[in-house]
Amino acid sequence: MPSIKSREVKIEQEIPIAKTLKFWESLKEGRIYTTKCAKCGKLHFPPVADCSSCYSSEMNWVELSNEAEIETFSHVVIRPTSFQENKPYTVAIGRLKEKVKVLAWLTGFKMSEIKVGMKVKLTAKVTAEGRPTYEFVPP
Amino acid sequence: MRKVAVVGVGHSKFGIRNDVNISELAFEAVKPSLEDAGAEAKEVEFMALGTTGAGAWYEELLPAVVVAEYCGLTRAGLTRCEAACASGSAAFFSAYSAIASGHAEMTMSVGLEKMREVDNPTAMEWIGRAGYYLWEFHNFGLTFPAYYAMYARAHMAKYGTTEEDLALVAVKNHKYAAMNPVAHLQKKITVDDVLSSMVVASPLKLFDCCPITDGAASVVLASEEKVKDLRIDTPVWVAGIGYSSGTANLSKRNDYLGLEASSIAAEKAFKTSRTAPSQIDFAEVHDCFTIAEIMGYEDIGLCSKGEGTKLIREGQTEIGGKIPVNVDGGLKAKGHPIGTTGCSMIYELTKQLREEAVEKSRQVPLKNYVGLAHNIGGTGHYCYVTILRR
Repeated sequence: MPSIKSREVKIEQEIPIAKTLKFWESLKEGRIYTTKCAKCGKLHFPPVADCSSCYSSEMNWVELSNEAEIETFSHVVIRPTSFQENKPYTVAIGRLKEKVKVLAWLTGFKMSEIKVGMKVKLTAKVTAEGRPTYEFVPP
Repeated sequence: MRKVAVVGVGHSKFGIRNDVNISELAFEAVKPSLEDAGAEAKEVEFMALGTTGAGAWYEELLPAVVVAEYCGLTRAGLTRCEAACASGSAAFFSAYSAIASGHAEMTMSVGLEKMREVDNPTAMEWIGRAGYYLWEFHNFGLTFPAYYAMYARAHMAKYGTTEEDLALVAVKNHKYAAMNPVAHLQKKITVDDVLSSMVVASPLKLFDCCPITDGAASVVLASEEKVKDLRIDTPVWVAGIGYSSGTANLSKRNDYLGLEASSIAAEKAFKTSRTAPSQIDFAEVHDCFTIAEIMGYEDIGLCSKGEGTKLIREGQTEIGGKIPVNVDGGLKAKGHPIGTTGCSMIYELTKQLREEAVEKSRQVPLKNYVGLAHNIGGTGHYCYVTILRR
């Protein structure tokens, strides 16, 4: 069908991380911190500057354990534009000992080994492209 | 609150619509909906446009204004509603509210989406970001099929749901889409076709997923007085609407067995319409992926939790069964132009309740003349349930 091309725009937003800086910085040191509300005691993950439960903005930073259990997962074969350079990857949701849940990639397992209820370890790392991140790996 | 009726519906052909731009596509639905109502564009006081991809997979940033100008609706009050895949229902709710509150006598909701002006990975990119970009897409590239795949995996682990069960949903919906001239995929398929199709996000395969579709649907709504003025002989009344939402982060959900937003929205819709699930003659259940339809049966209350597979295995959701579901082909095979789907569901409910299903072979039998549309946005991020009664 006949068409004309729209003008091209490159979009790259600068996402502020000032209020959760400790989280991003500690990932580079291989540690995972999150916030706990100083007023009501709610443990948040992902880390937040403001408590959605009691509306307090007083937060304490706490380090998370690395023990998790897989609740569900999927092996992503068809990938979005910005992940075309990656090989297919496995995304999983794990529940930490502290009860909060984390969504991250699951690496280091054969596909057939991955099961709901499996114990895994959560670790922090910096990717080859320099992005701080975290993933589930064999315990 | 005042009574509100659906008095006109229109629907474009769904599919890869590279033959038209966004405005021309909208016109294909708006024109027949006004003709159906016997009304003129200038009588529309307010128009809500349900669409998600403005500026993302199509080029216009103010699509409500562009569509209004193209369709002669300028000067009506306008808004764009975004509730991801439930944008069409959010627009319908907005148009409904304008009349129910006494603000307007005649309004319109238009669902519109053009997703095929960009390549498929780019469409996957935008839909994948439809959750919490910062925490679940930025580092992890979660795709829309992967969201539902994680629900499928958990449902399988807990209830013993199988890939064959999921395939049955696709087979049923393709069967009805083959009878629906506006459907994107008018082709029957078999369980083997589904099982042997390529993996998109395990355990979901290509035929477990709805296609990426262009399309538009339009609904004209009127007050009781306006219904009389227009001499509408078969008004279809809005009996009740329920809505709710779920967390942006999937990691914050209690479990991955069903969508809480669906249960709450359905409960509210049943309560406001004073109906029970057993009184519903037929339903449109949000089936962007096969697992979504099975969870939908359970979340709405068509069966108890974990029993959804039983309904599909026994054929209870086909015409002739307990409650026919998605006899227009559903999102799965009719297609899922994201912001359009909610209005497309209202189109189908209205046609069926008037006993005007395009193909007689897929006209549902009516006892109570009540139909339900269950429309999810994202992965239970939004949910609207609308009940219509003739």
